[in-house]
Amino acid sequence: MPTIEFEGKQIEVDEEGYLQNLEDWVPELAKIMSEQDSQELTDEHWEIINFLRDYYEKYQIAPMIKILVKEIKKNMGPDKGNTKYLYQLFPDGPAKQACRYAGLPKPTGCV
Amino acid sequence: MAKPTKPTKPPKPEELVKIDYNPPEKPWMEVPVEFKPGTFCYGTRPKYLEEIGFPNPREWSPLDDDWKLPADWKDTVLKGIGERLKKNRAFHLFMDICVRCGACADKCHFFIGSGDPKNMPVLRAELMRSVYRKYFTTGGKLFGNLAGARELTSDVFKEWWYYYYQCTECRRCSVFCPFGIDTAEITMMARELFNLLGCNTDWIAGPVANCYRKGNHLGLEPHTITSNIEFLVDDIEEITGIKVEPTFNRKGAEILFVTPSGDLFGDPGTYTCMGYLMLFHELGLDYTWSTYASEGGNFGFFTSMEMAKRLNYKIYAEAKRLGVKWILGGECGHMWRVVHQYMDTWNGPADFLEEPVSPITGTKFENAKTTKMVHIAEFTADLIKHGKLKLDPSRNDHLKVTYHDSCNTSRGMGILEEPRYIINKSCNHFHEMHEDTIREKTFCCGSGTGLNAGENMELRMRGGLARANAVQHVRDKNGVNMLANICAIDRATLSTLMQYWVPDVGVSGIHELLGNALVMKGEKERETDLRLEPLPGKEDEDV
Repeated sequence: MPTIEFEGKQIEVDEEGYLQNLEDWVPELAKIMSEQDSQELTDEHWEIINFLRDYYEKYQIAPMIKILVKEIKKNMGPDKGNTKYLYQLFPDGPAKQACRYAGLPKPTGCV
Repeated sequence: MAKPTKPTKPPKPEELVKIDYNPPEKPWMEVPVEFKPGTFCYGTRPKYLEEIGFPNPREWSPLDDDWKLPADWKDTVLKGIGERLKKNRAFHLFMDICVRCGACADKCHFFIGSGDPKNMPVLRAELMRSVYRKYFTTGGKLFGNLAGARELTSDVFKEWWYYYYQCTECRRCSVFCPFGIDTAEITMMARELFNLLGCNTDWIAGPVANCYRKGNHLGLEPHTITSNIEFLVDDIEEITGIKVEPTFNRKGAEILFVTPSGDLFGDPGTYTCMGYLMLFHELGLDYTWSTYASEGGNFGFFTSMEMAKRLNYKIYAEAKRLGVKWILGGECGHMWRVVHQYMDTWNGPADFLEEPVSPITGTKFENAKTTKMVHIAEFTADLIKHGKLKLDPSRNDHLKVTYHDSCNTSRGMGILEEPRYIINKSCNHFHEMHEDTIREKTFCCGSGTGLNAGENMELRMRGGLARANAVQHVRDKNGVNMLANICAIDRATLSTLMQYWVPDVGVSGIHELLGNALVMKGEKERETDLRLEPLPGKEDEDV
């Protein structure tokens, strides 16, 4: 089982670095994950990460990209509510990279 | 402690296409299995097995030397084979009858894309037959290797695992076999044996556990399902000016509608889902969604018959609870192999349901007499045939469409004409791919039977090469830019496949195309298609 070391503890993640236990998440873990990717986390990144966490809290799954885009557009304006902007922030894709930083699991099935 | 790794990216297409078809010089039994990065899935994490009560949950990786199998694993496998030989006559027959004519050898998409001789269906089956001979035939017991028999060892077990998760049970080889040997049946038995020892893949076991606990592969909660559908309802209103009003878990509805959960979550499946919603609204159909039977697909089918039966059961149970007359099913592939060929035997007879009759046309769906479940392509084609829908195909004039027959709906149940009929009535530009790659001879997307994970991307791109090649041909010849299909795995995996091999071709379900063309009563003039892209002739207007 791969792990990330954090404050002297070994935090369990899956083969691709997604948290095994979602309750392990703290903001500092997102920072450690992003540093491993050489990715700086700006306020704009945190807007998305926090949105994903709020959505997950309510719905127990990451949002569809469509919903993410529309909600971001509604809350933060059309400059940010588009896939191009999201991919600029998270080059590996908002569904994967942003969800991983936010401590959310990967969706499975016919997707 | 190991560090997490990023999944291996496949080589560039121009590299991957250099395939070596020369077999190794050594006899195949002497060539050890090699787990190449990007060609296999992760082993299942223990929690998924615990959730469904399956044996041997533990942390393990296919790359480990020790797979942490129970001490008596070999007995379990041999006993498992023996039971299946008795129970499944096809399996027994297929262990005995191959004459090595080679007709199947180059028919498998994984052989075409990899050049690995163990991906020839004849040799894939031989991996199991050799062990069958050793323990279950007199010749094999007496003469061993001379009779093509070999011992079951842990290396053999690993070899099985590697290659039976490189078969998508698409059954194309069986079309060409003079005896009709169906490799899918052998792969299914092999995967059952793996599950006796806790050796499922993570990508299959996860959806199975989700579906068992929450009713669908994605693990969508009831309020997530309704919220996602309401989101699509808003998009439909934006496009058509019409507010469609689906109902959920409504007792006394005439029809229960069940579709793969991928349609409620991922593009381009969501556009197809919008097409369903629009069609049902236009018809005034008395139907309901269920947040309990919220999955048409069945990853249990890639695990074991018993697991598939457990997951399938919820559909009939919900139909009974709601008191509907019959069940309508969405665009899905393996769902229909299960419904058409297994459901009635496992969980029937559904004598509390009625023989399906279209409330709009009065057509009796006699083919669904026992299962009580109708495929939406049959339902919609029947509506069009009876002139019940007003369609404006020019709204799809920006699309040049070809059609990918999903393995399960074409070879598994013979739905060949209905999707083409719907496409031709909804679109003005339709072009078939080469005849050797469609209908019964269709090529797999390369990622079916739960091989649609991320970590085995090279395998998927190799497996999909034959399909992509046929698409590329019609793109170059006819300018095709849209690959239509009736399967949720296809919609997800062909999108990735096209991005890799034929980047300018999109992917859609046929009810997305129908939704574009459907002229609804009281709708406003359409400016965009279901993807919110401007319609032909409306590009310059401010939308």
